Amino acid sequence: MNNIFVICETENGKISDVSLELLTKGRSLANELKCQLEALVIGDHLADIEKQLYPYGTDMVWVADDSRLVFYSTLPYTAIAVQLFKEQKPQIVLLGASSFGRDLGPRVSSALASGLTADCTSLEIGDHEDKRAGKQYTHLLYQIRPAFGGNIVATIINPDKRPQMATVREGVMKKAIHNENYKGKRTDLDVSKYVKDDDFVVKIIERHIESSKVNIKNASIIVAGGYGVGSKENFDLLAQLAETIGAEVGASRAAVDAGFAGHDRQIGQTGVTVRPKLYIACGISGQIQHIAGMQDSAMIISINNDPGAPINKIADYVITGDLTEVLPKMIKYYKKNTK
Amino acid sequence: MKALKIVVLAKQVPDTRNVGKDAMKADGTVNRAALPAIFNPEDLNALEQALRVKDQIPGTKVILLTMGPGRAAEVIREGLYRGADEGYLLTDRAFAGADTLATSYALACAIRKINDVDLIFAGRQAIDGDTAQVGPQVAEKMHLPQVTYVEEITEIKKGKITLKRRLERGVESVECPMPCVVTVNGSAPTCRPRNAKALMKYKHARTVTEQQDSSEDYITLYTERPYLAIPEWSVNDIESDLQQLGLTGSPTKVKKIENIVFQAKEARKIESNDEGIEDLMKELIENHTLG
Repeated sequence: MNNIFVICETENGKISDVSLELLTKGRSLANELKCQLEALVIGDHLADIEKQLYPYGTDMVWVADDSRLVFYSTLPYTAIAVQLFKEQKPQIVLLGASSFGRDLGPRVSSALASGLTADCTSLEIGDHEDKRAGKQYTHLLYQIRPAFGGNIVATIINPDKRPQMATVREGVMKKAIHNENYKGKRTDLDVSKYVKDDDFVVKIIERHIESSKVNIKNASIIVAGGYGVGSKENFDLLAQLAETIGAEVGASRAAVDAGFAGHDRQIGQTGVTVRPKLYIACGISGQIQHIAGMQDSAMIISINNDPGAPINKIADYVITGDLTEVLPKMIKYYKKNTK
Repeated sequence: MKALKIVVLAKQVPDTRNVGKDAMKADGTVNRAALPAIFNPEDLNALEQALRVKDQIPGTKVILLTMGPGRAAEVIREGLYRGADEGYLLTDRAFAGADTLATSYALACAIRKINDVDLIFAGRQAIDGDTAQVGPQVAEKMHLPQVTYVEEITEIKKGKITLKRRLERGVESVECPMPCVVTVNGSAPTCRPRNAKALMKYKHARTVTEQQDSSEDYITLYTERPYLAIPEWSVNDIESDLQQLGLTGSPTKVKKIENIVFQAKEARKIESNDEGIEDLMKELIENHTLG
């Protein structure tokens, strides 16, 4: 009762990174609140799944293992989560802000008439005073998120309704093992008691999901391009530099929207958050929503033909110039000096 | 095939690309009056999907539903110009300050009043909040199945709709019984432009409030052509529980709003000539940032 739950996502029998990141955050929140950390895993063939979760400090793993649950489907997954939460009454529920969490989260919160905050960038514990109602609240979850296209940051609270629910994007929280030998408990749910036949009315006919080939989140060097790169052809220059220096290519939302790069390369509040040791920003003006996703980079180089680009304010090195001239020079002099 | 009744949920949103200092009120809610208002982009993608169904199945009706202040009627007119058949504006102070849950509840009540709806389309998310919660929550409030992240409708047959979803790393095709809620991605086809005939036809479409405010004498126009009257629904026009509406019905509260301030650094300027770039690359190699 009154614990923290993370609804975990799996991919080919592996707990996804965003879930492990949330368990890491959940562990520290649980320590602060002096409560337990619990996980819910729904799927098929989940023998031993708990072993992936214990090292992150998970005290209890609830498992709904059934062949009908092999792929995520809104209705049966919602039914299981809602029923379990009615029984267990968690105070906090966290989910990844993926297509899974953003489909399931609102459905579950609506069924429980509880509040949900999407895409949080920070979660903290704090108090609240409602002066008008003369009420004091302690140990609430502060759900901190950008709003308004990233121009402001709002702190959202759910004073009265439980659970307090939040989704967080991949890469925003850091994943860290709590204790390799941590021991939790596994409880298997009797799935037939949680779902009805009616929950399976939506049929998955076809599915083509590829495992991600792009790995910008864990790249130590990123060459990222913005709308200012100008074309898909110019983006090839970024790829050439990236290949030369062993980096991954990233992109701003504007560049992705313009079709210069794929969605899986998007960095920022609506994409992935990255913390490489070197971030080379090419033709990126530096909208807040982008900066929020890369400001923790150890070193930032900005290449922009506008010396007044906002990103220059947070850069360590600023090169004012045309990237079609600068990038080939970088490639040339890297090669020359590493021979 | 049986003609369908489709509701498209549309939201008028502040254009978040141009946000000024007076965008937020002291209580932390949005000061919409201070911002240019636009048709939420992904709701236009949703409207296009609805219009495609209408193209395919004769007699199908596309009905816009929006909740907001009086000026949100602009969204209804825009939809009518692009091919929708009618639209409803849900507007009342009782709805103000609603979070996604209270919004979804109000919309669900209005959809029940429209009655006998086969499909509910909405954009995946709105650009002012980026939450993607209202579609699924409307579905839950109405106890209907939902299909999110939709890019294409592949088939409608025997009371079922087949849709293609665009997910992070691929696509999924699902078959869902109707009625259901469908949220449409920005990667779906863009909405058709305004139609000249529809523009002429609906140019004077107004809500009752707008008709009263209008200085021109159009009164006879609205009695002669009732389709020009955009129905305006208040809390009294829908069957609802007041406790679930507006600020009261919102479990989430805004505690604090802050502007974002980034720590500025002292940047080193690098010349873009050969010498400048070579020195930089050498330095990065020497301090092991590169290589």
